[in-house]
Amino acid sequence: MKILAAMSGGVDSAVAAARAVEAGHEVVGVHLALSRMPGTLRTGSRGCCTIEDSMDAQRAANIIGIPYYVWDFSDRFRAEVVDDFIAEYSAGRTPNPCMRCNEKIKFAALLDKAIALGFDAVCTGHYATLVTDEAGHPELHRASAWAKDQSYVLGVLTAEQLARCYFPLGETPSKGLVRAEAERRGLGVAHKPDSHDICFIPDGDTRGWLAEKVGEKVGNILDNEGAVLGQHRGAHSYTVGQRKGLSLGRPAPDGRPRFVLEVRPTSNTVVVGPREALAIGTIAGGRWSWAGQPLAHPERDFECEVQIRAHADPVPARARIARIDPEAEVYREGATEEFVVEPDEPLHGVAPGQTAVLYVGTRVLGQFTIDRTVSAVSVEAQA
Amino acid sequence: MSVYLDHAATTPLRDEVRDAYVQALAVVGNPASIHSHGQRAKRTLEEARERLAAALGCEPIEITYTGGGTEAINLAIKGIWWARQRDAVRPTLLIPGAEHHATIDAAEWLAATQGARLAPLPLDDNARLAPTELRAALAAVGPQVALVSTLWANNEVGTVQPVPELAAVAAEYAVPLHLDAVSALGYLPVHFARSGVQAMSVSAHKIGGPVGIGALILSRSVTAVPLQHGGGQQRARSGTQDVAGAVAFALAAELATAELDEFARRLSALRDDLVRGVQEAVPDAVLRGVAINGDRLPGNAHFTFPGCEGDSLLFLLDAAGVSVSTGSACQAGVPETSHVLTAMGVPEGEARGALRFTLGHGSTPSDVAALVAALPQAYTRAQQAGLA
Repeated sequence: MKILAAMSGGVDSAVAAARAVEAGHEVVGVHLALSRMPGTLRTGSRGCCTIEDSMDAQRAANIIGIPYYVWDFSDRFRAEVVDDFIAEYSAGRTPNPCMRCNEKIKFAALLDKAIALGFDAVCTGHYATLVTDEAGHPELHRASAWAKDQSYVLGVLTAEQLARCYFPLGETPSKGLVRAEAERRGLGVAHKPDSHDICFIPDGDTRGWLAEKVGEKVGNILDNEGAVLGQHRGAHSYTVGQRKGLSLGRPAPDGRPRFVLEVRPTSNTVVVGPREALAIGTIAGGRWSWAGQPLAHPERDFECEVQIRAHADPVPARARIARIDPEAEVYREGATEEFVVEPDEPLHGVAPGQTAVLYVGTRVLGQFTIDRTVSAVSVEAQA
Repeated sequence: MSVYLDHAATTPLRDEVRDAYVQALAVVGNPASIHSHGQRAKRTLEEARERLAAALGCEPIEITYTGGGTEAINLAIKGIWWARQRDAVRPTLLIPGAEHHATIDAAEWLAATQGARLAPLPLDDNARLAPTELRAALAAVGPQVALVSTLWANNEVGTVQPVPELAAVAAEYAVPLHLDAVSALGYLPVHFARSGVQAMSVSAHKIGGPVGIGALILSRSVTAVPLQHGGGQQRARSGTQDVAGAVAFALAAELATAELDEFARRLSALRDDLVRGVQEAVPDAVLRGVAINGDRLPGNAHFTFPGCEGDSLLFLLDAAGVSVSTGSACQAGVPETSHVLTAMGVPEGEARGALRFTLGHGSTPSDVAALVAALPQAYTRAQQAGLA
């Protein structure tokens, strides 16, 4: 096959490209320019898409012996990922920009361009496994090494996209082995630190970055009965489940720590309360996609596991697609149906905007964006 | 098969230049040393400077060797601007928008940090600077102009400026004019004294010499404050002089000057075939810059291809064994929309489909044929990939 290897400048994508070559494919390396900050250098483990990463990717391509190009997706990235990130936070939701990038850039804009230019597939260094079912349909599964599994961030991929993906690292038992392999292959990135955090916020200070983009506006911090406990400098800087940085000055009457329960962007208020109030009994949302073949009857209750963050543990759950009560509060304009998931045990730290990825065993079933949550406490109270 | 159609980026080192270069690299001694070894090196260097001066139509004392074209241009823009502030208030630089980044970025740096002012020099749709526009700008700004700088020939679209007329206008206002002749040398008759300008930048690797040596030609009447300070080896530059580079540059310039008429004639004919071939292969392609029978560099062809990204085309042609360019500016390999096309008034959507084909020594009809053969399929595919 003709394979486009997306090369970030890190060790995983470099080894993935090398394995694609070894598997006999015709491989071309492409680095995605996602920002235009040519002067930026990497500091510690933070940031990607810097000039240094581009040079690292090129050196890796040279050593592997494949042609290398830089494709500029900076305009698309700004519009689809960065602006979306700001808009979502401003609306009180907590987005995952890496998933958005996979959905809109890597496996959309890049993949489409690659196919149009004559490639058969895009190869990346993600730790996930592709399986073909008996009927020839692609399925996305967790990596065999659970600790490195990245299937969550790929949960947005559709059958059509999966059919054009190639993840050579999915069966690798550990990252250490990938680094050892990189060293054996003479790749200079063998010991390059892993990238963390959000690539377009190079110093890792998401709150400061958002304050700069969205601006600061003083608002109230309330308890769950509506009493004013203190003030904040912008509701967008808070995330559901957050404990640090509330600066309330005095402890709760019961002396227990308080957590952000809710962010209300329209009234610029933040609601805090005890940890147990964070326990979520039901999540629901829209904008879903199936990672492969859809279920025949998603309107019927089905057993699955739900995962709400890249590194969260999956929780057994029952799920279905249900009609939205026309009288209910509107969370998504124009939606008539929503995905509803009831985990067997309460979830913690769930925020609207997060992606819920559903699994059956190791297989990724699909995903949706969480629009609303129902507290486990009130569910129990109702029951 | 590998076809090289990017001679404007750099052109192959000529065999005879390489031999002379390697031989000169064996010369022992720093030309600034007083002993016999130093004197021999100095003699070799100065002979080379005289030969380069003869080829460029200037005097040896007017040549300041630099590390390349970019350094020569920086020395001209910054050095002359600084020198012009010594006895009067002259903050303004007159620079057209389609200059090489070496000029634009140096000027913007002066404006951002040194108090320089930038005044525009409007270009026409073909990136040509009309002498009337220069006159209007000089008249508008008055005595505060430090320097005018323009390309002799545009490195992207190949437009040749009316240099004698521009020089005459600048002279009327007694303002020094610097020419970026990096892309002109070897392709046009370049004669410093006859051009009537006060400063001119050139580079060896664009004419079959080695990378790493260029020169700023500075008339006796003009002073440039050095960019780097040290041993004072040259009029406007400190640093040990590159004897072997100077020898190689001199030979490359002599060959280019001696062969110019025949070379330019042959290259023009080949370029005309290329333009016709491209237009037949892709009738939608739009030739940018002046017509091929007009004031255009003989080896230059520049097109925009509607509905596709230049970098998609570049990639597909590269895969077909043909090396071309999307323009000149390059940051870590990231292609940006050409500021030259923007200065010519080309809309961004059209400018993104830009490709430059440049011919030079060793270019053959089969190179042109290979491009023309590969282009239709590349264009169809690149159109499918669309604009990112």
